[in-house]
Amino acid sequence: MNIVVLAKLVPDLVEELEIDDSGIALDMTWLRLIINELDDHAIEEAILLKERTGANVTVLAPDIEGVDDILFTAAAKGADRLIKIVGDYESGVNNLGLARVLTPVIKDLQPDLILAGVEAHEDLDGSIGPLLAGYLDLPFIGYVASIELEEGKATATKEYPGGLSAEMEVALPVVLGIQVADEPPRYVAVSKVRQAMKTAEIEELEAGDFDLSGGPTIDRMYQPEVGESATIIDGSLDDIADSLIGIFKELGVQ
Amino acid sequence: MNKDILVVIEHIRGEVADISYMMIAAARQLAETTEGEVLAVLMGSGVENLAGNLAADKVIYFEDPQLADFTSSTYQQTLEILISEVNPRAVILGHTSIGMEVASLLSAKSDLPLVSTCLSFSGENGLIKFTSQLYGGKILAEGLIPEPIALLTMVPGGYKPEDGQSSTPPLVTTAAPPQFTDLQISIKQYIEPETGDVDITLQPLLIAVGRGIQLEDNIEIAEELAEAIGGVVCASRPVVDQGWLPTSRLVGKSGYRVKPKVYLALGISGAPEHTEGIAGSETIIAINTDPAAPIFNIAKYGVVEDIFDLVPLLTEKIEES
Repeated sequence: MNIVVLAKLVPDLVEELEIDDSGIALDMTWLRLIINELDDHAIEEAILLKERTGANVTVLAPDIEGVDDILFTAAAKGADRLIKIVGDYESGVNNLGLARVLTPVIKDLQPDLILAGVEAHEDLDGSIGPLLAGYLDLPFIGYVASIELEEGKATATKEYPGGLSAEMEVALPVVLGIQVADEPPRYVAVSKVRQAMKTAEIEELEAGDFDLSGGPTIDRMYQPEVGESATIIDGSLDDIADSLIGIFKELGVQ
Repeated sequence: MNKDILVVIEHIRGEVADISYMMIAAARQLAETTEGEVLAVLMGSGVENLAGNLAADKVIYFEDPQLADFTSSTYQQTLEILISEVNPRAVILGHTSIGMEVASLLSAKSDLPLVSTCLSFSGENGLIKFTSQLYGGKILAEGLIPEPIALLTMVPGGYKPEDGQSSTPPLVTTAAPPQFTDLQISIKQYIEPETGDVDITLQPLLIAVGRGIQLEDNIEIAEELAEAIGGVVCASRPVVDQGWLPTSRLVGKSGYRVKPKVYLALGISGAPEHTEGIAGSETIIAINTDPAAPIFNIAKYGVVEDIFDLVPLLTEKIEES
């Protein structure tokens, strides 16, 4: 059983985001990049499946600054093989472009199961998982919260709004978009990551030229007006607490 | 020149999802610019009645037992043929657990351009501009929707469901879907929402905790406040994914849509996935250290303070009074 997991780095939303001088892209100068949270769940799910079935786990990631860190961290968690796709990401690569480059790479790896976070907060041209499924001519199930593997097939639990889910059976190979792993992503000690840096190897594959066609062109990027509707309550903590209690009373909930 | 706007109606277990009406409202606006018609596409089995209040010019209803439950493959195969026949200017789908994956599959398989997370559109001289929500709602991006046929996935927030509803039933044409090929996905069963100790959709006062709560043990400060004031604690996705609260307390796109009198958001940034679930709240009050948090855009009252300083004090004062 071969599992391939896709992981990528995205801006950390805890940091303040700024638009660069072009007005159509984020200013990357001080931006902190972290693993797309849902990709982290996809890696966790792959490792859980490995522990249950003995599957072999390959983690595949675009070579963006910080990629070694996320790959070695995956190795420390139990990933068997690490691959980064080297290319020119400077001017931005959309999901269509990335999916087109990843398609032959994934075909060569002959996976039974391909996992990716179901979306990333920077997606503007669809999500990498179903785009890949389209190019690979494989079925896709997204918003998956749990996976069971059996001979030649997977049972995936897909989430719908309102807490409803559906158990879906699908023949392998399949691409699954992960919403959440069966268990929260495990913590891995820095010392184990350091050890992985010494023992694990990151393979490099060339992306070649990206074909970005089909993705939209951005003419303007901006931050929405903040606080348009909120009345900000300020003052000392004491005053604020009193004001809030006043509001609760007025609204009839206290 | 393509003119018509296709809208893929989302429904699950006999109910049309609100996003469908919002998409029709958006399509009406687009069709004005393109001088075309709004065509709603309904796929299912025995659900023709769901077309009744759609404010579309026409509804194309694909009736087939294999469309009774959603799978991305059957939807994609049906739409692929329909799009090639109709040649619409745009196809609008929800940015949801139904529409998002269908749109991406269609984009790859039919080589059609795709714009995701569209919040609103504007049209002038036949050109249509999209405004998309990125980076958890912190950034908006604008551009022209690509030619000649654009796939668009929509998030809620830009249009009202009422504007996509009509009391005059639209013209419905029933059609058979194509012969499906290579179907690999089958539904085994639906799993009902976990029934928790409380039904958060019925509570008048919800105390919601988000990522800002930082640690499982800190949820206690929200629980103490809830106990003092007579509210119930709920949470956004990161808190539930950590296993700190059960899914019966999950509010948002993938959880429950709540409609309390007061929604008190503690350390919640207000990502679109979450705010989708709280739009029905009468009053939202947000406490967050980040003055730029998108939650302040929809909150009626905001406090820029650390929840760990303010909430225990608030609890204490309520207990005293």
